[in-house]
Amino acid sequence: MEALIKELVETYGPSGEETAVRELIDEKVRGSVDRTFTDNLGNLFALREGPAPRLMFSAHMDEIGVIVTHIDGNGFLRITPIGGVAPHLLVGQRLRFKDGVIGTVYHEKIKGLKELSWPKLYLDIGAASREAAKERVRIGDMACLHQPFVNLGERYLAKAMDDRIGCAVLVEAARRLPPSLPQGVCFLFSVQEEVGLRGATTAAYRLEPDYGFAVDVTSVGDTPEAPLMAVSLGKGPAIKVKDSSVLCHPRVRELMIETAEREKIPYQLEVLERGGTDAGAIHLSREGIPSGAVSIPCRYVHAPSEMVDVSDVRHAVNLVMKLSTRAWPLLDSGNGSR
Amino acid sequence: MFLEKLSNLPGVSGDEGAVREAIIEILQGHPQLEWRTDTTGNLLVRKNGSSSPSRRVMLAAHMDEVGLIIVSIEKSGHLKFKSVGGIDSRVLVSKRVRVGREGIPGVIGVKAIHLQKPDERKKPFKEDQLYIDIGAKNKEEAEKHVSIGSYAAFDTECLSFGEGCFRGKAFDDRAGCAVLLELLREKNSLSFDAAFTVQEEVGLRGARVASYTLRPQLALAVEATAAADTPDTKKEQSAAVLGKGPALSFMDRTLIVDRGILQSLIEAGERTQVPFQFRRATAGGTDAGAIALSREGVKAGVVAVPCRYIHSPCSVLKESDLQDTVSLVRAWLEAIA
Repeated sequence: MEALIKELVETYGPSGEETAVRELIDEKVRGSVDRTFTDNLGNLFALREGPAPRLMFSAHMDEIGVIVTHIDGNGFLRITPIGGVAPHLLVGQRLRFKDGVIGTVYHEKIKGLKELSWPKLYLDIGAASREAAKERVRIGDMACLHQPFVNLGERYLAKAMDDRIGCAVLVEAARRLPPSLPQGVCFLFSVQEEVGLRGATTAAYRLEPDYGFAVDVTSVGDTPEAPLMAVSLGKGPAIKVKDSSVLCHPRVRELMIETAEREKIPYQLEVLERGGTDAGAIHLSREGIPSGAVSIPCRYVHAPSEMVDVSDVRHAVNLVMKLSTRAWPLLDSGNGSR
Repeated sequence: MFLEKLSNLPGVSGDEGAVREAIIEILQGHPQLEWRTDTTGNLLVRKNGSSSPSRRVMLAAHMDEVGLIIVSIEKSGHLKFKSVGGIDSRVLVSKRVRVGREGIPGVIGVKAIHLQKPDERKKPFKEDQLYIDIGAKNKEEAEKHVSIGSYAAFDTECLSFGEGCFRGKAFDDRAGCAVLLELLREKNSLSFDAAFTVQEEVGLRGARVASYTLRPQLALAVEATAAADTPDTKKEQSAAVLGKGPALSFMDRTLIVDRGILQSLIEAGERTQVPFQFRRATAGGTDAGAIALSREGVKAGVVAVPCRYIHSPCSVLKESDLQDTVSLVRAWLEAIA
């Protein structure tokens, strides 16, 4: 699985430019499912057919990045963020464009970090003039972090763990599913999560699942002087209770906990004060879809190097597998029509 | 074009009736066109050209403009208000407005400078320190003409001036409406849906339901966007400039423009030699953001007429940009037909 994770996190894919990630995942997952297809926004659906109900697991393919808004007379590029990027975390970082052009971010003269804002930042791709820059980059081109994957032993370090690690978990779970399932399962690899859960919005509408699950990273509280949060690296995947986009359906959460306990999968409960996941979009689709989330604890979310624990990842794969193979009841919609 | 006529009409978000009626009147008598309104007030127009397109295309322009809504009537007959849509309250003092369906003339007032305390002089007035004066002597008098919930729109007459420029209110997005009307009325073989939407300025609301109804496969919002080619702005901070043609968006707060649509717009411009520019900013949102997330998802883009002093009582645009926007959208429609 390490090779899969390395390949996924090192692939270029800021929100709106997920094609390379999609093609890679499609190639990896196609053999494990009945069919795959892509929609108008670029979401990838990988479907295991089966009787009702239908489960949908969603991991997003996109990562945070920047977009070029201006090229000046000396070949410097001005940029604005795609998704939640802190400008101070970009200073000195290398960024890469789709076709491989690389540059470094620096700032204009400032008195202190407080003055550091997007208009003060620029991206230097080593072009000596506007013309030279324009040969390599156009306004509207996107770049993402350029950081290699590193295996630290018990932990992995990389850019875009958010949420390629979720993608890797779904690909691996799909590979290991048995030939027969008690219900239909769709693995959704969604687009544009970082800019507002957009891909999951249209994908849930199209698929009409009976249950939705986001598979995404979550923040942790186990670092020095961290904001209070009862999730740590290495204590198993987290079963989400809430974040700012969703209050997970209590029955879904109960069934997730029941599954983890029966299968002896270590888990933690997650209450995330700030941040959202695809479950936020899915649970409001159409008539409402009971939803939950499997979260992979991750340090330094949206920083250039994000860290996850190898055993958490392994247990997350197992949890997604066991959630797929257990039978899910058809929830009463209240009027007995389902 | 119909910019002047449309600009002069009041149509603050939620009260777009006058604009809608004027547009319907302009559409009358064109055999290729059929239209209906929906429950939110959107006007949905279908153009049945001789071509039968392979994909359902939707163009959208919003009828509403930013303005004010009356929230209380004081004993003195003055009207307190809140803004509808994003308005910089510093631009409001001493501006003329028209209040309610009858278009009662009014002026936005504030306490005179010699009565202001020293610290009040240093800070711009906020909305709740301002009021609309309609010349009523008391509350009873005012209530004969105005009620709570009445809208007030800026009272600015559209005027052609300078080197092919227009000044006026509500160019955002009557400019887009004028572009759509041009494409609907002219003789061409194109088939498409045009949505004149409501309540864009308060959250892309009309477009959401319009696209649910129309089920497009491709969509383009035709907008007005902020130009800041003024003496006090660094070049890299001006989203667009006047006179260089329509601005193509690549991303804003509500949408990442479909790369295929962006490319087809660029090619349409290059093929027909219509000038265009890129919108060098990612702030703001348009109807395209709501349309893109409709039902199973729609590939969407934005083309915008550059416009100075947007969301104020008086903005400025260049007629050539308006014409170039018509040409670019036409070329794009032809290319995808």
